[in-house]
Amino acid sequence: MIEVKDVSKSYGTTLAVDNVSFKVGRGEIVGFLGPNGAGKSTTMKVLTCYIAPTSGTATIDGFDILEDPRGARSRIGYLPENTPLYDEMGVLDYLGFMADLQGVPAAKRRARIDELIGICGIEAMAHKDIGELSKGFRQRVGLAQALLGDPPVLILDEPTSGLDPGQIVEIRALIKEIAKEKAILLSTHILPEAQNTCNRILIINEGRLVGEGTSEELLEMASGEERFTLTLKGSADPAGINAGLAKLPEVSNVDQLRANGEMRFKVSASRGSDLREALFDYAIGHNLKLLELNHDTTSLEDVFLKLTGSHSSGLIMEDTAGGERDE
Amino acid sequence: MSKICAIWRKEFSSYWYSPIAYIVITVFLVLMNWLFFRGFFLVNNADMRMFFSIIPWAFLLLMPALTMRQWAEELRSGTIESLMTKPVHDREVVIGKYLAAVAFLAVVLVLTLTTPLTVAGLSENGLDWGMVITSYLGAFLLGSAYLAIGGWAGSFTSNQIVAFIIGVAVIFFAIMIGESLVTMFVPSFMVTPLEYLGLQRHYLSIMRGVIDTRDLIYYITVICFFLYLTVRAVESRKWS
Repeated sequence: MIEVKDVSKSYGTTLAVDNVSFKVGRGEIVGFLGPNGAGKSTTMKVLTCYIAPTSGTATIDGFDILEDPRGARSRIGYLPENTPLYDEMGVLDYLGFMADLQGVPAAKRRARIDELIGICGIEAMAHKDIGELSKGFRQRVGLAQALLGDPPVLILDEPTSGLDPGQIVEIRALIKEIAKEKAILLSTHILPEAQNTCNRILIINEGRLVGEGTSEELLEMASGEERFTLTLKGSADPAGINAGLAKLPEVSNVDQLRANGEMRFKVSASRGSDLREALFDYAIGHNLKLLELNHDTTSLEDVFLKLTGSHSSGLIMEDTAGGERDE
Repeated sequence: MSKICAIWRKEFSSYWYSPIAYIVITVFLVLMNWLFFRGFFLVNNADMRMFFSIIPWAFLLLMPALTMRQWAEELRSGTIESLMTKPVHDREVVIGKYLAAVAFLAVVLVLTLTTPLTVAGLSENGLDWGMVITSYLGAFLLGSAYLAIGGWAGSFTSNQIVAFIIGVAVIFFAIMIGESLVTMFVPSFMVTPLEYLGLQRHYLSIMRGVIDTRDLIYYITVICFFLYLTVRAVESRKWS
């Protein structure tokens, strides 16, 4: 449905998007993951024909964005970043206006608007002015607007940004609900969002696509080894334990972590090995008490750091309690 | 065509949401009637010429006030992005917005009809309605040209005040190049073209009661030219 071929976009001398290619098929929710300024929004603006690419092109449902921008736009529902809406208009007036622009036939307009007001859960707000709405409801109006023409392709730029956790869950559910028949590309810089909502993730950094795949595939790419954390208690010498752990089969590395009076170790082992039993047996065999034993899972954050080769990702790792971190 | 209508409808009704529309109408009507009737009773002649000769200067401030929001507000709030990513041509948006401003101008002019009606009621010999009607046509064309220029001037900036000031400045410049105060100082071969280009001259000639096709063509050309420039300015975002 969306096919992007070698798209680049530069603003003056800054290269915002560098030779990006990808595809999104019907029924897929693809997450565009990257820190702020990575080129997510710019790519989306190119796809919606708001700005022209410096080189390369894309097709939306068969329409080329350069040759037939109007055709391409008629196939897209787009929610721009920060959900710009006309504050002075009423919700119904606004949706009516957008339906006209989208080319919804006049006969179906009213029914379609009513339907979307139901789907997006804005019945109570229908007769209010947009300026009076809370952020969550604005987002819903923005989504309703994007869905008016029943477009096969949805492009959503940070659809959950600035919402509180309850609203985020609702908007995600809504997106999944409407995803069945459509190709959806949504951008985010929140890791759990990409993990929870999307079938496939595209990782973008400094304008380049650095990774692509399902979150499992991406995790596999990053997890070269298995890691275990364990905390022991006993009278033995930490250095001795360290050496002892390192001698266990398949262990590649042991680090002692700083802990208050406790002995805490991070044990790395070759891929696919499960050391939990061996570690337990070691503790019993050496008369140590096992306080904690954890098989660490690789996170998308690790994947991201690995793929971009940076130390700080600029991504939000927690599922935002209390909204999003200010940037 | 239906897209232009949709944009026209939205823009025209949004004028009435904002206080600017009411301010423009009130200021315009009070100012025009005050300036006109102040002299009217002194001259004691049922003549509307004074009224129509103030119009180019009143419009100079009021038309940019109407157009300053047209693009600035869209650029500031980012709604331009949701507007321009709908399946519409840039020119449809430009024309729709322009025609909404023209419709507002028509409303303003209709509201001034109380003045000629008052004058006609006060005078014993009646009013020269032919001259009044052609003058209204001239004022409509002149205002429409101002709106095209004001819209273009506002298409670059997300700041309404900047849009207003650029609009006033460009319109003032376009009036002045045709005025004798300026043409006095230019080489003689340039006088005729400059006089032709001046915004106000053609209005004054229509006001005399003669509708010359050259004057009509002049205003239509100015309008089309600035609408074209606006379309180009709006498109230019694509290659920024």
